[in-house]
Amino acid sequence: MSKFAQTFSSSLGKKLIMSLTGLFLCTFLIVHLIGNLQLFKDDQGQAFNAYSYFMTHFPPIKVISYLLYASIIVHSVYALVLTRNKNKARPVGYASYDGKANSPWSSRNMGILGTIILVFLVVHMSNFWARYHWGELPTARYEVSLTNPNDVKITPIPFNGQEIAHADYVDAPAGVQVLIAKDLYKIVYESFKQWWYVLLYVIAMSALSFHLIHGFRSAFQTLGWNNSKYVPAIRFLGEWVFGVLIPLGFAAMPLYIYFFK
Amino acid sequence: MSENMNLTLKVWRQKNAEAKGQMVTYSAKNISPDMSFLEMLDVVNEGLIKKYEDPIHFDHDCREGICGSCSLHINGRPHGPKHATTSCQLHMRSFKDGETIVIEPWRAAAFPVIKDLSTNRQAFDRIQQAGGFISVNTGGVPDANEIPIPKVIADEAFNSATCIQCGACVAACKNASAMLFVSAKVSQLALLPQGQPERYRRVQAMVAQMDAEGFGHCTNTGACEAECPKEISISNIARMNRDYFTARLIKDEV
Repeated sequence: MSKFAQTFSSSLGKKLIMSLTGLFLCTFLIVHLIGNLQLFKDDQGQAFNAYSYFMTHFPPIKVISYLLYASIIVHSVYALVLTRNKNKARPVGYASYDGKANSPWSSRNMGILGTIILVFLVVHMSNFWARYHWGELPTARYEVSLTNPNDVKITPIPFNGQEIAHADYVDAPAGVQVLIAKDLYKIVYESFKQWWYVLLYVIAMSALSFHLIHGFRSAFQTLGWNNSKYVPAIRFLGEWVFGVLIPLGFAAMPLYIYFFK
Repeated sequence: MSENMNLTLKVWRQKNAEAKGQMVTYSAKNISPDMSFLEMLDVVNEGLIKKYEDPIHFDHDCREGICGSCSLHINGRPHGPKHATTSCQLHMRSFKDGETIVIEPWRAAAFPVIKDLSTNRQAFDRIQQAGGFISVNTGGVPDANEIPIPKVIADEAFNSATCIQCGACVAACKNASAMLFVSAKVSQLALLPQGQPERYRRVQAMVAQMDAEGFGHCTNTGACEAECPKEISISNIARMNRDYFTARLIKDEV
């Protein structure tokens, strides 16, 4: 085995992989949240649909998205490998084990929390991501008046068996800016109008919150980034930004559409 | 002085390393709250001996909290309910009259049970032998304070060096990881000038031995730090990780 492979098959190396993939997924969450804030815009999904097209067609973003899928898979697979190691390291368990006396609940249940998130991701990606790429999606045509940006005419085009080309151009004679885009917003809107879907999101985001409260701080500890100067900042970011703000932001989207739209 | 107590003990009994063990219930009668936990077990054992039964085997030596021999998992926690305490320094006043106390050995594949509550912790010795030392040639006695070391650094190295190798960190860890022990032993030398020549070779050798012994990985729950009788900090683990990744991925040997 090469020295490099040896390093990553050691117990510390496996944890390094968990740490790096985990932190990469954390940075993705920030971008995903900021982008999806466009769901709150009251424009029938015009901005959101334009953004969806950009995210799936801009080459640098595409490269990063493949890294992202790889990270999800590697993070999950290594979690399984580490869980197997753990069972091997303690073949006979305790009759009495008082975990809550010495460690936070989230730190002891990362596997369960991670599984909830993974199940959520499968549902989430098959409903939106896979459908956007290969599914039957309606299209929307937005005509924005060049003189008055608030004057928008929206024409829904139902799916009729063949794909309609994406277009974004200025129709000068008609005095309008035209956007023809796959209407992902409609799919999101219809999904978020189902109570069980909203519930799944809220449960998954609670799991994400607990997963990140431990995971973010833990990733830095694994990297060896632990000193009195910046640990308070890491703890604050891990608990308040990644543990509270980001999951809350994601959960707010289905709740907002279900209750207020 | 408070009244003597009667307790119920649930103790892991296992004839030898190969035998299948089981929990056996005993009653401990008329126990003084001023007794140490091990003295309470001594009383129970005397009763067993008088009945021609096999006494409960457990490790003990100094009985003053510095040798690291005692290794009892009491009511779900290594060394029992008190913070920064070894089993021998735990007193029966920490328990209530009529209480049931569950006593188990350390549970880890790397710490096989020898008999009852006594486990083989030689894995720790082998990790130490892999690199937990400095090679010093013999010669004249060096002058004291010849090498300047800042007080804070010396103190931190000493904090790491207070590890008594009891194995409570492994016992407490949900993954049976030995990271706190190994990192304390790596740190006590990595912090000092005398430890520098072998610093990066040491950390690689000790981590490799730790993995070979079959200890688990670290998930940073902090249970080890909370249960360590010597209050060794998990900042040692971060230091060890830093040194290990530096040695493996960044730094050339020359």
